[in-house]
Amino acid sequence: MINEAAVWAIVGLPLLGGFLIIAVLRPWTRSLWQASASVGIVAIGGAFALSLWALNSVRGHHGESIGFSPHSWFTVGGDVTQGAFELTIGVLLDPLSAMMAVVITGVSLLVQVYSLGYMRKAANAEDGAFVDYPRYFAYMSFFTAAMLGLVLAYNLIQAFLFWELVGLFSYLLIGFWFHRPAAAAAAKKAFIVTRIGDFGFMLALMWLFSHRGEFLVRGQNPFEIPDINSAAPLLSASLVTWAALGLFAGAVGKSAQFPLNTWLPDAMEGPTPVSSLIHAATMVAAGVFLVARMFPLFEASSWVLNVVALTGGVTAVIAATMALVTNDIKRVLAFSTVSQLGYMFIALGVGAPGVALFHLLNHAFFKCLLFLSAGSVHHSVQTFDMRYMGGLRAWMPVTYGLTVIAGLSLAGVFPLAGFWSKDEVLAAAWSISQLTPGTGAGVVGQATFWLALVAAGMTAFYVFRLIILTFHGEFRGGIEAVPMADRAADEAHSHVHKGESPLSMLVPMSVLGLMAIGSGAVLNSVIELGPVPAHWFSHFFNEPSPELVVWIAGLSMTLVLGGITLAVAIYGMKWFDLARMPKQWHMLNRVLDQRYYMDYFYETLVVRRALFKGVFLASDWIDRKVVDGTVDLVGWAGRNTGKFVGQLQSGQVQAYGIAVSVGVITLLWTYLVRS
Amino acid sequence: MNIGIRDLFLISPELSVIVLAIIVVSLDLAVRRKGVVIAVAVIGLLVPMVAGVSVWSDIRTTGADTAFNGALVVDEFALYFKFLTVTVLALLFLSSSEYASRFHPFQAEFYGLLLLSSAGLMLLPAAGDLITVYISLELASLPVIALAAYNKTRLKSLEAGLKYLMLSAVSSAVLLYGFAFLYGATGTLQLVSFDPAIPAIGQMLMNGESSIPFGGVAVMVGVVLVVAGFGFKLSIVPFQMWTPDVYEGAPTPVAAYLAVASKAAAFAVVLRVFYTGLDPVASDWSLLFAVLAAITMTVGNVIAIAQTNVKRLLGYSAIAQAGYLLMGVAAYVGSGPDPELGIEAVLFYLAGYAAMNMTAFFVVMAVTNRTGDETIDGLAGMGRRAPLLAALLGLALLSLTGIPPTVGFIGKLFLFNAAINADMLWLAVIGLLNSVLSAYYYLSVVRVMYLRESDNPIRITLPLYAWAALAVTSCAILVLGLWPGGLLEVARQAALNLV
Repeated sequence: MINEAAVWAIVGLPLLGGFLIIAVLRPWTRSLWQASASVGIVAIGGAFALSLWALNSVRGHHGESIGFSPHSWFTVGGDVTQGAFELTIGVLLDPLSAMMAVVITGVSLLVQVYSLGYMRKAANAEDGAFVDYPRYFAYMSFFTAAMLGLVLAYNLIQAFLFWELVGLFSYLLIGFWFHRPAAAAAAKKAFIVTRIGDFGFMLALMWLFSHRGEFLVRGQNPFEIPDINSAAPLLSASLVTWAALGLFAGAVGKSAQFPLNTWLPDAMEGPTPVSSLIHAATMVAAGVFLVARMFPLFEASSWVLNVVALTGGVTAVIAATMALVTNDIKRVLAFSTVSQLGYMFIALGVGAPGVALFHLLNHAFFKCLLFLSAGSVHHSVQTFDMRYMGGLRAWMPVTYGLTVIAGLSLAGVFPLAGFWSKDEVLAAAWSISQLTPGTGAGVVGQATFWLALVAAGMTAFYVFRLIILTFHGEFRGGIEAVPMADRAADEAHSHVHKGESPLSMLVPMSVLGLMAIGSGAVLNSVIELGPVPAHWFSHFFNEPSPELVVWIAGLSMTLVLGGITLAVAIYGMKWFDLARMPKQWHMLNRVLDQRYYMDYFYETLVVRRALFKGVFLASDWIDRKVVDGTVDLVGWAGRNTGKFVGQLQSGQVQAYGIAVSVGVITLLWTYLVRS
Repeated sequence: MNIGIRDLFLISPELSVIVLAIIVVSLDLAVRRKGVVIAVAVIGLLVPMVAGVSVWSDIRTTGADTAFNGALVVDEFALYFKFLTVTVLALLFLSSSEYASRFHPFQAEFYGLLLLSSAGLMLLPAAGDLITVYISLELASLPVIALAAYNKTRLKSLEAGLKYLMLSAVSSAVLLYGFAFLYGATGTLQLVSFDPAIPAIGQMLMNGESSIPFGGVAVMVGVVLVVAGFGFKLSIVPFQMWTPDVYEGAPTPVAAYLAVASKAAAFAVVLRVFYTGLDPVASDWSLLFAVLAAITMTVGNVIAIAQTNVKRLLGYSAIAQAGYLLMGVAAYVGSGPDPELGIEAVLFYLAGYAAMNMTAFFVVMAVTNRTGDETIDGLAGMGRRAPLLAALLGLALLSLTGIPPTVGFIGKLFLFNAAINADMLWLAVIGLLNSVLSAYYYLSVVRVMYLRESDNPIRITLPLYAWAALAVTSCAILVLGLWPGGLLEVARQAALNLV
């Protein structure tokens, strides 16, 4: 049985590693960058081992948490005996946090090993770009620590603290290539857009605080996760609804769901290992985690659950359509991630958190592998634009094979990992529509089932489009064929290296490949497999065993095979020429390529035109000018009373004096009107 | 009407600050090396600290006391601000020693004026009647006028001094006018009274029952004028307009002093006047403060986004922060649950605000002092040229935004909680929206520092004592953010004096 100190060490080890790198190694051993890489990898390796221990410890607890009592942090209000309560800090170790910890540390370990090879290559780039390895590994360690702190948090304030830190380190990692303007802009966009969601999270915290009385009368704490979850069915409807909605807004931001989905594709400007860790396996999954963590609260409001499911369903389809036409390999994967996260929210919304987590687990493996494959491809051709790839399987057989495995898994082809969890999502949506036909939940279940099915077909199509464009056909020149105007400044002198990536990259990829094949079939098998009992994963979460609905599996497989066939027909066999399609098709293509103009709407219309030009600059202008103008009207004589006064910036002093008077009069007038 | 030794003991912190000011100025005549003067000024501040501690331990045993027949109230609330002011001043001296060398040969007067002004700031939270409020306020303001214009060769600095002078005069007049109304309505100037024979304003107001807000037009006019007068010091909308101009024009240490020490004392006196003196009409003024808080933070944040000068940016940021702080003042609950929560939140946030704002000002001071470039773009490439300074400014800005694990996060959390506690959820929501909005411009500065290159090769170095000041303020940001419990308890004890 694990003890509390060891659980804290899961967070502490990467944190310590990060500090060691940034405070000790970075200033003194700048040339020996392997030292900081080793420290990062050893720290995360230790955390991984401890996470496995933690997972093993909670196995016998039937979905319950191991009761580590939290420690006092500080007191809110005065006397604890008179309605004040303590904010606590502690670890909550249950199947959910243990599984998340294993996924985070495991994937982070593999990604950091991969980075050894990937980042060294970037270091040798002839452009002489400044690459600061210790900084990279320190950020990776800090990010991992923050993510682990989030999943192990005992109360919501603590969770929010780490939630924001996750955002902060992701900001630093996305902007790691800060000499690229696009990376800097993407980092900021990611931070601000997710903060819009965090506004909801904060609002939920406020809402809980304002209703603390409902908890305190039961002797419970309004911010402690186990207390909220156990009290959820008894709480007032408005409390539950608004708190859950606020938390969900936070989840929507972090998990890049519609309508806050626009930051994730841009975030691909970060280094590829960062994308695979943050934007496939961990941070974007934090939203799913949060809803799963607070699931009893969500369950107490069927209305919120319907919102969750519908958001997931709409996002799954919208993001999949965007992926259909994208040429940047990493952005295809980014859209795909958004779409797959939509599946997880569907599962949550139809009341099957275990299914959502199962998909989260499988997705972490195959999507992380796909990103690492994209990095491996870039390692060779130095670009992410698939229009300049093709034929790479000739010299990258291992990468090719692994990409196909991960792609089949993502598409949901039997019997790879993605098939099982996606099928469970579809089955869960269908079963709720059959259990409660005609009700809101039933209708939503029905709707999300069809949405998810459509998305499944599109997924298969874009995955195979990606594989064919990248690895099949003729080689189209890589970075050397990209016009100079389209290259980033540091890509100007890049060259194609026809060869397979080094072992330090291929080994972590292969490990993920094994998981992408087997994690679905083994962990939640429909039959007993030797040492692994049937439906182990569901039982681990103390959830009912999902049934394999044959017709649903058959239907989805048919759609998937249809999608694959279509992709092969268009891009492999070239049976259709897309350029010769009718005009309407090109218009649709353009809408998808512009991501339904969502970015245009947000950035150009809302932010630049309406807010920046309309409000911010105007306020500044009024502040500077209009007040002066008032003075000119009131009387220019005052400004010339003294020579020195005349030198002031057009006599704003009088204006300020007038403003004070106007302010006083306004306040008085308001009161007089009120009385 | 005796003035005894005990009265002098109770104001010994202020007295020692004034004596120190005289010593510093006259020492300048005797010694040539300015470093000695600075050292004396900083080390000399230990005396008011020690005096403060001895007064504090005295009060802990005997309870709050009055001095000079009730003109001053010496309680934990007043002492909280005395410690805060002295600490801020010591850090300011340490960090500005290099900057002040441009005032040669008048550095000693610079420190002397700052000391004299802070004696006023230390008296302000202890004011027991309106006359003391007014005198302390003037004592604090007059030296600042000279200080704002201290860069005598810079037109902008002179302009800042003159602006501060004129608007200070206007606001003092407005304030005094308000006091006159209050006196006329109640016949007393006492805010608190420990002696039953002396009536306090609150006691006199209890009698009036009327449908008019504040129970009568005279009190209403008085309160509005008082709010306007204090609003100037607090830099709340619509009395905020001088703030960016003066911050931009005044020497940076003076701007920091105004933004931190002066603002803290102004909040203290507002809490004192409204929570003790005008307590019975709280239901009328708390909504006024709530509305002003909402407007102030929104205006500050919105205009800050369009700024290009980093000192102006900090000016608008200070306005926005005043708006957040005002939420705590507005959060009056009377006899409701946790009545001290609002004051406690303001007190805690003021300490945290001092730490984060000083960090920001110190870094800006160090950088602009070297580069002479006060635009935000002038900070480009700081991440490379001065990594530690950039990291510290980044930390301060994150804290001002309210991102954990900094003190800005916990402090805002408490202010929002206080608003909710007073049934002002709408105000907390506006505060939240504002903190999201503010991320935009605070992060812009961070982005310029880290994500933009600069061909300016100037490396920024700092003397050791300036580093020491920065170490204290930046550590405070993190320590208070991670372990707020201790200071919160101190703030709560201080707050309990007013409820």
